[in-house]
Amino acid sequence: MFSFCTDPDQLAGLQWLSCYLTTGKHMAFYTSFGTIMLLLIITAPVALMFGFGGAMAARSPIAPIRWFGKAYTAIVRGVPDIAFFLFFVIALDQAFEWLRHQVKCPDWAEPIRQGSDFVVCSAAKLPLSSSPQWVHEVYGFSLAILTFSIVFGAFAANVLFGAMRAVPFPQIETAQAYGMTTRQTFWRILVPQMWVYALPGLSNLWMILIKATPLLFLLGVEDIVYWARELGGSKTSAFTYPHPDWRLYYFLGLLVFYLGLTKVSEIAFDRIMKRLTLGQATTGGESQRKTPRGKATA
Amino acid sequence: MSCLETIQAYAFRSLGYGERLLPRSDFTLCEQFTLIGSGMIWNVYFGFFALIFGFCLATAVALAKNSSNKVLRKPAEWFIFVLRGSPLFIQFFLAYETFVLLPKLTGDLNLGFVELTVETRWLTKAWLGALIVLLLNTAAYSGEIFYGALKSIPKGDVEAADAYGITGWKRFRRIIWPTMLRLAWPAYTNEAIFLFHATTLVFFSGFPAWRQQGDALYYANYFADKTFNPFVPYPILAGYFIILTLIVTGIYGLINTRLNRHLPREKRKKIRIRPQIIR
Repeated sequence: MFSFCTDPDQLAGLQWLSCYLTTGKHMAFYTSFGTIMLLLIITAPVALMFGFGGAMAARSPIAPIRWFGKAYTAIVRGVPDIAFFLFFVIALDQAFEWLRHQVKCPDWAEPIRQGSDFVVCSAAKLPLSSSPQWVHEVYGFSLAILTFSIVFGAFAANVLFGAMRAVPFPQIETAQAYGMTTRQTFWRILVPQMWVYALPGLSNLWMILIKATPLLFLLGVEDIVYWARELGGSKTSAFTYPHPDWRLYYFLGLLVFYLGLTKVSEIAFDRIMKRLTLGQATTGGESQRKTPRGKATA
Repeated sequence: MSCLETIQAYAFRSLGYGERLLPRSDFTLCEQFTLIGSGMIWNVYFGFFALIFGFCLATAVALAKNSSNKVLRKPAEWFIFVLRGSPLFIQFFLAYETFVLLPKLTGDLNLGFVELTVETRWLTKAWLGALIVLLLNTAAYSGEIFYGALKSIPKGDVEAADAYGITGWKRFRRIIWPTMLRLAWPAYTNEAIFLFHATTLVFFSGFPAWRQQGDALYYANYFADKTFNPFVPYPILAGYFIILTLIVTGIYGLINTRLNRHLPREKRKKIRIRPQIIR
């Protein structure tokens, strides 16, 4: 990167370090922090949407939909989430390929599961074996996002379902007394008021989502854990920048990154909570009403 | 091989007893059930010991965080912040790399009745290294729960103790500690459940599975990789974990009933499982 980096053997001290930290692989390492943020930014709204759908389904008057919603919210309780991650990545991949197989190769005679193999026609492969490398990477990353969204959607559904039930019932009764339909009551009365009850749960969920991002490594994405292991491992003199086993320092760096991320989120959520409790009929809102603005503590 | 033979060969495979080679082809349902069940031994081992040691440490951490002495409070606050603010996955990696770098030492530990040879090399093995990480992690999470409970002990209880002249250790042992546990117990039950779930991370994060002796998820993953069919091993694993969760909830429920036995029936707090999930 720097002009003096052409011959790393001649370098020492700070110059060596500055060259070492700007190699192409290190740049890929820094980019993978972006991958993490991208995952967080995409997953959070999608999971929230899944969660909202799940919570709505769990409240549905139609029994099969309600069972589906309840089952979806219940899956998180008894089983380790890591098992879900490992399961969904393969299961989703196979499901997509199977669907494409049914559409694209309807006259395929052989069975799809042959012993220990999962065989679909080559036109149904995802991504196609002819597609470039980046398509494979994007596909892998999208699968990971979908997996994260499904699992965290279930958690969010749990939180939102509880929040919808926490809205004071007289509010709903009043809406009905004014002649609002069920749909109107839901969208105009219940949904705007439920967020303050959902926020503690959702903020907890966000923290958990942050702390779940290194699991990307298990899903085969080249994320920060992958690079930390790759770059930190001891390099012999055959490499341009030889160094002993530095994985400890790389992981320390990751630890600090995550601590910073959770700390910043905590502060942000405290602010949002203050905003949301403003004017609510809760103790938090009441204490803000009584103390002048700015000094209020939620 | 009949199913009975499979069970004989693989029931304790995760501990190194029985057949050495894992099945390689023509996997039967029985093999999957047996091996994944065999792996559960590790999950129970990690969860059980981490909970027992973690409980003691968590009480200490909660008391330290509640202390008015800065020398005690600050380290406890940092301990909780670091371990709760970072992913368990990273903590495992970090601990493993640290343990690997430790000098290889061998020493004798005299326990009075028995002499043990202690090696620092053990720390790089999952049975000790991962256990230490898990117990520190659960100590931080439950420490925070206990701290919250300490803060919400009714003022009247402590004042009543003072009025009766109960002070110091006796006041802690007979008034504060039981009340703290009673208030914290529902949340602590969740923590215990998710600690058991977290044990599945051990063999996926740094700590190598020595001679393919892994936990339940390790074997489930092995089968899923070999058969390329996730729809059999993972549901089996899920079944085992649901049973484990039910057992844990049952035991903690019994303790909860005992902690609340002095209260009128309608005032007792029911334990509700609420997802706390990944750490």
